[in-house]
Amino acid sequence: MRLWRRRRPPLVCREFVELVTDYLEERLTDAERARFEAHLAECDGCAGYFEDMRRVIATAGTVSAPPDPHTYEVLMRAVRDLRGED
Amino acid sequence: MHDEPSLIRRLRAGDQEAFEALFSRYDGSLRRVATSFVRTPTAVEEVVQETWLALVKGLDGFEGRSSLQTWLFQILVNRARSRAVRDARQIDFSSLQDDDSPAVEPTAFGGDGRWRSAPSRLEFDPESRLLSAELRSELVTAIDGLPTQQRVVVTLRDVIGLTAEEVCEMLELTEVNQRVLLHRGRSRLRRELGPFSNEAPR
Repeated sequence: MRLWRRRRPPLVCREFVELVTDYLEERLTDAERARFEAHLAECDGCAGYFEDMRRVIATAGTVSAPPDPHTYEVLMRAVRDLRGED
Repeated sequence: MHDEPSLIRRLRAGDQEAFEALFSRYDGSLRRVATSFVRTPTAVEEVVQETWLALVKGLDGFEGRSSLQTWLFQILVNRARSRAVRDARQIDFSSLQDDDSPAVEPTAFGGDGRWRSAPSRLEFDPESRLLSAELRSELVTAIDGLPTQQRVVVTLRDVIGLTAEEVCEMLELTEVNQRVLLHRGRSRLRRELGPFSNEAPR
């Protein structure tokens, strides 16, 4: 995915969107990160895309299922059977 | 869990409150992850119950080399994978599924690689700074609709909040492949939530 090794021209938007995860995972080299952040600072389109991606990720962190009462009963029965008596 | 050794002591002693705390904290998450592996509510139910039972039985042998949370999810992932195999839904992470579609469809960019027009923004709730309620429910559907490998990785990383390291270990994935799947999955979620251009509605 990363082919550039020579002296790099500034990022374009099409490349930027492919680096978002590497950036958030802190997997970019210092030079790559500087290039990413420079583009982020000057491109409104990419800044918007980036912010939306962060919102998607943050929102994903809120969609867990609620605990299930029936499973709770099963668990507590097992706890009583297996551990309760000792 | 701040004081794990003491929590584990309480669990081993059969302390109901300790189990209750653990249950309310993790049952929903386990359910979400199970859903990313197996597709029927019955299978989800079974896998999650088996996980809790395995925890109760395995507590004495738990050596605390990983955190309780990692251990719990590892049990779940193992159960869910073998259940998926039984249901003839092989979930294999040894090679990546063939999906290298770009994060954003190429037509959104001009010949110079720049956006043709600034991409449309997703609606969000200014107070929570999260996506709007409507998009949030679309997000749940979109996660369920991801290709299997991406769905599992996005669920473990972004829904549950496990670290890259934990997920690599659980799924026996290389660090690079984990990141590729996460990137493809997240990008696909963004695409599913709305077109980038108002001019070309999907």
